[in-house]
Amino acid sequence: MPVITIDDRQIEVAPGDTVMDAAHRAGIYIPHFCYHKKLSIAASCRMCLVEVEKVPKPLPACATPATDGMVVRTHSDKAVTAQKGVMEFLLINHPLDCPICDQGGECMLQDIAVGYGGIASRYAEPKRVVKEKDLGPLVATDMTRCIHCSRCVRFGQEIAGIMELGMPGRGEHTEVMPFLESQVTSELSGNVIDLCPVGALTSKPFRYSARPWELSRRKSVSPHDGLGSNLAVHVKDGKVFRFLPLENEAVNECWLADRDRYSYQALNSEERVTRPMVRQGSDWVEVDWQKALAQAAGALKVIHDTHGGEAIGFLASPHQTLEELYLTRQLAGALGCENIDTRLDVADFSADGKLAGIPWLGMPVADLDKLDRVLLVGSSVRKEQPLIAQRLRQAVKRGARLNVVHAADDDLLCRVANKLIAKPSAWVNALAQIANALRESGKDVGAVASDVSGVAVSDAARRVAESLVSGERKAVFLGGLASQHPNAAQLHSLAQAIAQATGAALGFLVSAANQVGAALAGCRPGANGRNAQRMLAEPRKAYVLLGVEPTLDHEPAAQAESALESAELVVLLTAFKVKAMDYAHVVLPIAPFTETAGAFVNMEGRLQAFNGVVPPQGEARPAWKVLRVLGNQLQLSDFDYDSAESVRKAALPEGEDGIAARLDNGICALPVTHLQAGDGVERLGETPIYQLDPLVRRAPALQATQVAADAAVCWANGALIQRLGLSVDRPVRVVQDSGESVLKLGRDDRLPEDVVRVAACHRLTTRLGERFGALRLEKM
Amino acid sequence: MSLLSPSIKVCSWTQEHDNPASLETYVANGGYEALKKILAEKTPAEQIVEQVKISALRGRGGAGFPTGLKWSFMPRNFQGDKYIVCNTDEGEPGTFKDRDIIEFNPHQLIEGMVIAGYTLGAKAGYNYIHGEIFELYESWERALGEARRAGYLGKNILGSDWDFDLHAFHGYGAYICGEETALLESIEGKKGQPRFKPPFPASYGLYGKPTTINNTETLASIPWIMRHGGQAFLELGKPNNGGAKLFSVSGHVNKPGNYEIALGTPFGELLEMAGGVRDGHKLKAVIPGGSSAPVLPADIMMDCTLDFDSIAKAGSMLGSGAVIVMDETVCMVRALERLAYFYFEESCGQCTPCREGTGWMYRVIHRIENGQGRPGDLDLLMDVGTNIAGRTICALGDAAVGPVHSFIKHFRKEFEYHIEHKKCLVGG
Ligand SMILES: Cc1cc2nc3c(=O)[nH]c(=O)nc-3n(C[C@H](O)[C@H](O)[C@H](O)COP(=O)(O)O)c2cc1C
Ligand code: SF4
Ligand code: SF4
Ligand code: FES
Repeated sequence: MPVITIDDRQIEVAPGDTVMDAAHRAGIYIPHFCYHKKLSIAASCRMCLVEVEKVPKPLPACATPATDGMVVRTHSDKAVTAQKGVMEFLLINHPLDCPICDQGGECMLQDIAVGYGGIASRYAEPKRVVKEKDLGPLVATDMTRCIHCSRCVRFGQEIAGIMELGMPGRGEHTEVMPFLESQVTSELSGNVIDLCPVGALTSKPFRYSARPWELSRRKSVSPHDGLGSNLAVHVKDGKVFRFLPLENEAVNECWLADRDRYSYQALNSEERVTRPMVRQGSDWVEVDWQKALAQAAGALKVIHDTHGGEAIGFLASPHQTLEELYLTRQLAGALGCENIDTRLDVADFSADGKLAGIPWLGMPVADLDKLDRVLLVGSSVRKEQPLIAQRLRQAVKRGARLNVVHAADDDLLCRVANKLIAKPSAWVNALAQIANALRESGKDVGAVASDVSGVAVSDAARRVAESLVSGERKAVFLGGLASQHPNAAQLHSLAQAIAQATGAALGFLVSAANQVGAALAGCRPGANGRNAQRMLAEPRKAYVLLGVEPTLDHEPAAQAESALESAELVVLLTAFKVKAMDYAHVVLPIAPFTETAGAFVNMEGRLQAFNGVVPPQGEARPAWKVLRVLGNQLQLSDFDYDSAESVRKAALPEGEDGIAARLDNGICALPVTHLQAGDGVERLGETPIYQLDPLVRRAPALQATQVAADAAVCWANGALIQRLGLSVDRPVRVVQDSGESVLKLGRDDRLPEDVVRVAACHRLTTRLGERFGALRLEKM
Repeated sequence: MSLLSPSIKVCSWTQEHDNPASLETYVANGGYEALKKILAEKTPAEQIVEQVKISALRGRGGAGFPTGLKWSFMPRNFQGDKYIVCNTDEGEPGTFKDRDIIEFNPHQLIEGMVIAGYTLGAKAGYNYIHGEIFELYESWERALGEARRAGYLGKNILGSDWDFDLHAFHGYGAYICGEETALLESIEGKKGQPRFKPPFPASYGLYGKPTTINNTETLASIPWIMRHGGQAFLELGKPNNGGAKLFSVSGHVNKPGNYEIALGTPFGELLEMAGGVRDGHKLKAVIPGGSSAPVLPADIMMDCTLDFDSIAKAGSMLGSGAVIVMDETVCMVRALERLAYFYFEESCGQCTPCREGTGWMYRVIHRIENGQGRPGDLDLLMDVGTNIAGRTICALGDAAVGPVHSFIKHFRKEFEYHIEHKKCLVGG
């Protein structure tokens, strides 16, 4: 290996390393602004100038290849003179308004100026002033502070996949700005705040609320999508002030999706419930914990004693912790109840009992960027899994071929090799085509061979098959929409056949932070139990709801609503005021993830434990404690846990090591019957990115985004709009089953003519039916 | 005169003919003969590069880099596309020679580019033409059409089974787009700002492919070299400074214009050709190689011969060969203010020292010129310049500093007078 010398230390370097890489490895700090390990090299700020022996001029460490025998000095007179010269230039037009700048205290310019800046400025001319830009509700600007490092611009081009910020103008007139006054709408936009070394880009919701040095940093794990991004939670006086990414190369790298970054706002929302309450007639009365728990336990016991355990239904959220879900499971079991589930968004449970194990990603998250071939089935991946989409984008950049089966030809901000865009009821047929193409080319597609052999294969399907046959590292992924599909099990079965025939891994892009953990904790119906769907379709006498909002988490919402309405008892464990309170009898206020210890198991089976970062608000209590006391009240044995760790131990006796053996995406092949697509126009009902769970639903900044506003629009292809004589931007009546909603109509020609995109899990569409059912648009 | 005779007029000879730009004129005087011979004899590329090396042809775009050496950097056995690019951005203040080549002798440039394309194994060539001379962009396109129809360009050139084509590309007038890597970015449709080097264009150039970039005059000299041999070209000039070169003489002379003379000619002779300093005035200073070149006082300049080495020895550079002549009426503060403003406005803004430093220097000089100078300003200017020079991505940073340092060095008294008396020493 080549060796270079930096500041008298010998460092081995790999081919392609720069001087900066080598210094990093040896722990030698070289001041820098434009350099960032995840971005391309700009070599423009010039802060990293160092002296290289035998070279007359100082060279930028970030861009200078480290070659064998090179002798570098980062602190020689020559290097420091150059660095100080650059620092002086950076400061002459910088406003130096640190006392009123939100970046103060965590500003690279401030920090480096301490070491390299002068005491007073030699610059006596007028300073530059730059007009402010409106980037939307998430990112605030103070463009006069910009030092033109271009990190934000490169982030858009290289990581987010969309260049929403550019740098028009020349010389001193160079300005960072969005394209034609538009706002920044990328689902990863908040990362530019972390990247910006100065206070030019800061967090709008966090603005002026606290100083970085007043905040303590605590570790946590994001409770939203199945990735489980690692968080640095900043707290002060028992209150959460913001979420920042905690770097973890194997999970979120150094990024956060906007959903993970801004959901903290909900923690301090007015909608928190912080006192136990019991219903008296149509009123809610605040009571102490003892009374509330006694009432809940007593009422559950009555139902159990009169109707048996099967009269109760336990619905829990897959965004709750492993410990909470495990105790819920124990409680149900002790009551002789096998009706327990966390899959409120699933419509087809026919795979239950036919699975080899717990559905998971099928590979480590970090391997996604190394894939050569991918088939993505039924996933609005940018919205479902913003950072997984980012990893796939990096894979495509490295040459991977991405194939897509979806109902919308959405822009994934990377090159898509082949796509089959068809309405949801045609997806089984689409996968059958791919399977049949493989069969025809001599591949063994196993048990589905005879079912698919009659399916006519389109050119696109054949190209997908060819693409998957080539390449080394490959995967077939079933997205959130595929899991929510009315024929999810057949899609699963076909995806397995395709994966096996091509040597690809099979994986699920698991939608919720702890869906894998829920399965590990046993939050699944027993052999005689009812799944989430049946629990609501066949109303129970009593429901215990943990962290769920059934009228938003389940489709059709009306079914959930009438089941709850008719119940004799609804016990609600919730952190927020929710619609279900209209039907509930006891409200037990629980702590959100920041106020309790717990763990999530992410889509790759990674167990990520965390502690509470602030005390619970008001009388709210960690749900694992609430459930434990409920168990005690019901005189259940083995319910004497004294910590979240002890619950975790009971839930996973073998700890993290035992998890991998339980993960398996295998399915006993099912008959493929849904080869015929339905007639007419169909709904594409996605859970909008900012409606995933109770927390994000209550984050005002996320709700103020254009993306959130777009989710409230009914989107249709221009040809359909014309055929039906409808007008864009006007209200349209959306009719499905017996319900209807009035929504604004938008035009999106990336949708096929027979697909209409109407969000599910949205307060404006709760009157409608299934996510993917037939649907009609009517003129108002 | 013509290409047939080994005369001093390497690039400008067609101007002595009627219809100088026409294909007929060019062909009637020996044009395209060099190309024909190369294609007929399948001359090995190494031999051509060798002749260019012997000729001691040095880049006419400003840096004076030996062209043969530059050509030898192109990877010979690279699998994939390669490009040759001609730099007709000609943005350097004082320079107006390349436009004359396009206007009066386009076919010699075409022939030079085709020979370069053949030698370097390029798939195609681009000529990047300054955005503010649009008529020339159109006349260049006409010349390309003529050459294509005559079989000198396009598929199966002169029946040789070899394909090569040239394309015109026009910029929008940004000076920085004359810097070779900014020019490449601009052709690629991006914002014209220089790339960090390494990698150099010979390994990572246009669209990431090996690329050679040469100035218009450099490429237009190639047919002459191939016709008469590298040695003949070298002998036109002096050792290490082969050939003749176009000098754009402007400023206080009686007959400003382009003059093609042998490298090594004494400056006094060029001044004479240009009609001498305007009547009744005397020479004060000369910028010998375009606005980026340090200024030289009259006495030093009168001792120089016009070639790369002599001017470099005198502390300036031959640059693009733009000779800006100033007589005693010129206020050096005012002249420097104008130059500093140019670099301030033309900095691409990418790297910190140039973006911030050019504005700083301009503002200080502007103050001095306007009677607001302060003691210490000159040392500050020298220091700011030192902090820019050699620390930027491209040479525009150095170019901006050259005038500031040299004007203050040679004419410090005038600056001090301005600061002290709040008025001009020249003209009162
Ligand atoms: C700011 C700047 C502007 C330049 N402008 C020009 C130009 O207008 N024309 C040109 O030929 N070279 C220009 N150059 C030099 C080119 O970068 C390059 O060196 C030249 O085109 C190479 O050709 P040559 O070797 O034939 O001289 C410029 C360089 C800089 C730094
Ligand atoms: S806004 Fe911030 S990140 Fe973007 S270029 Fe300016 S200083 Fe860099
Ligand atoms: S030196 Fe000036 S022109 Fe050249 S890259 Fe830097 S800022 Fe741009
Ligand atoms: S960090 Fe190297 S030039 Fe900016």
